[in-house]
Amino acid sequence: MITRKDLTHIGWLSRLELSEKDIEKYTPKLNSVLDYFTELDDVDTEGVPPTYHVLPLSNVFREDEVSAQGGSLTQEEALSNAPKTQDGFFKAPRMM
Amino acid sequence: MYDNPDGVMIGLEVHVQLNKLKTKVFCGCVTDYHNDPPNSHVCPVCLGLPGSMPVINKKAVEAAIKIGLALNCKVEEHTQFYRKNYYYPDLPKGFQITQYDFPISSGGYVMIEGEDGELRVGITRAHMEEDPGRLVHEGTIDKSKYTLIDYNRSGMALIEIVSDPDMRSPKEARRYLDKLRNIVGYLDVFDGNLEGAMRVDANISIMGGQRAEIKNISSFKGAERALLFEIVRQKNVLRRGGVVVQETRHFDEAREITLSMRTKEEAHDYRYFPEPDLVPLKISGWAPAIKETLPELPDARRMRFVEQYGIKDDHAKALTSELKLAIFYEDVAKKADPKTAAVWVCDVLKGELNYRDLTVEAFKKEHMLSVLELLAGRKITEDGAVDIIRTLLDKGGSPEEIIKEKGLVIVAGDIVETAALEAIVENPQAAADYQAGKVKALNSLVGVVMKKTKGGADARKVREVLIAILSDGFYPPIEREKIEKTIIKIGDVMVEVSKPIANLLKKMGYV
Ligand SMILES: [Zn+2]
Repeated sequence: MITRKDLTHIGWLSRLELSEKDIEKYTPKLNSVLDYFTELDDVDTEGVPPTYHVLPLSNVFREDEVSAQGGSLTQEEALSNAPKTQDGFFKAPRMM
Repeated sequence: MYDNPDGVMIGLEVHVQLNKLKTKVFCGCVTDYHNDPPNSHVCPVCLGLPGSMPVINKKAVEAAIKIGLALNCKVEEHTQFYRKNYYYPDLPKGFQITQYDFPISSGGYVMIEGEDGELRVGITRAHMEEDPGRLVHEGTIDKSKYTLIDYNRSGMALIEIVSDPDMRSPKEARRYLDKLRNIVGYLDVFDGNLEGAMRVDANISIMGGQRAEIKNISSFKGAERALLFEIVRQKNVLRRGGVVVQETRHFDEAREITLSMRTKEEAHDYRYFPEPDLVPLKISGWAPAIKETLPELPDARRMRFVEQYGIKDDHAKALTSELKLAIFYEDVAKKADPKTAAVWVCDVLKGELNYRDLTVEAFKKEHMLSVLELLAGRKITEDGAVDIIRTLLDKGGSPEEIIKEKGLVIVAGDIVETAALEAIVENPQAAADYQAGKVKALNSLVGVVMKKTKGGADARKVREVLIAILSDGFYPPIEREKIEKTIIKIGDVMVEVSKPIANLLKKMGYV
């Protein structure tokens, strides 16, 4: 059961500011999602190894080699989508 | 037996950056960014752009296995990656690719010098993960309004080495860190001189209380200081009747204090889940093959040095503290007297290198061999040898050139003897004063001999010769009973000397 407190905390973990209205709206919604997942509890998993990956693959490697064009974007390209930059850095609000 | 009066328990999390790889762990960006502008070594993968896919660097996995083996860990046959979710500007994706269940290696140990003898520090696990970006704060971390971010470091391969809480003092923590750097340095997987090559988080509790995790420690010295501060802080909390709370604290290096970070995240908030973009690794068979390629590690090498070369354990320890130094010593020891070589490499060269912040690569083996050979042949004095080593480090050149330039060549024994006699006959009063018991009179004679030999004589030897001539009346100081003494007159002064010296003086025309 997800409480209002849980929702506020989840919001904070995702750095989302939730209004009173959001909390009212999403608390029951998330609870119904969670309820839906409880149906999985009915499946008998006795003796079934956990699935860590859906693909039947392992050991996909790359060699330690620099990719084409030196591997990287230019600084200008790298920063081109950033709302704020300064002296070649991305600029973000301070977080503590 | 160390009784650990404050019940200190310290566990360390050390991040070793695999900066000797050519590329990052999940993308083909080059790792050599240290002198380059910010965000100039980034790509869609390490910037976390939508649609980009990580592919793991095979060499990084091999390096992780090397480190696991060197720390006596069990290397797993099945290992896989997880997402650790948290929002912080140094993580462009909003999660860090790391390991959780099935870390690549775990359950090892390292031996360190503890407060009361050898201490075994358990290694909980050594797992792989990606480095976050680098944050630059304008002003201090608690005051600045903005954070500047450089993602050049983002996606560098890291090995996080987590220890058991086995250390009982900041000193033991420091020794553990030194030992770790020593061991990992042998594996040729990282360059410890590069900024951020090894970073430490420390967990510390006292008296069985809750632990504080200290972050942002940027040097080993910093780790020791942060821990010292933290012990005092926690003791003060207890003394005032308070309770130490489990929290994350930030080390302020300049002020040498730790500050609470008031984080609201707890372990379960990271919501770890298997990384869907990376398939698991099945690496049975890798560890035995890699084990074959491991170099002889520091402890084993130290023991062998003591046995094989008969050197002191202190020397062996210092010489094996760095792989390059150990190799340097061993190459020299094979061609010179190993014990003398240990003294000169360890006590002299290493000190001079440390003083100049240089590594042993700054000094040629052949030069060390020449210096040792010159010393063995008594061609130079010990002071001269130190002078040569210093000059080679500061100005370069060759030992032979420096000897010539500085006139360091040792003055042969018979020349010293002649100069000593000259000094005596030219300063008969000083000689007589010394013989009359004025010990200080010898100094002026030593000074005269040094001047005559242009400083090339060994001052100790000069004293020895002068004392022998003046006290016993003969030189060399052997078979003294067999040598007859005679009194000669130099100027107005009567001096007692041996017959051979009297003859020598006659030959020189003084008597
Ligand atoms: Zn990249």
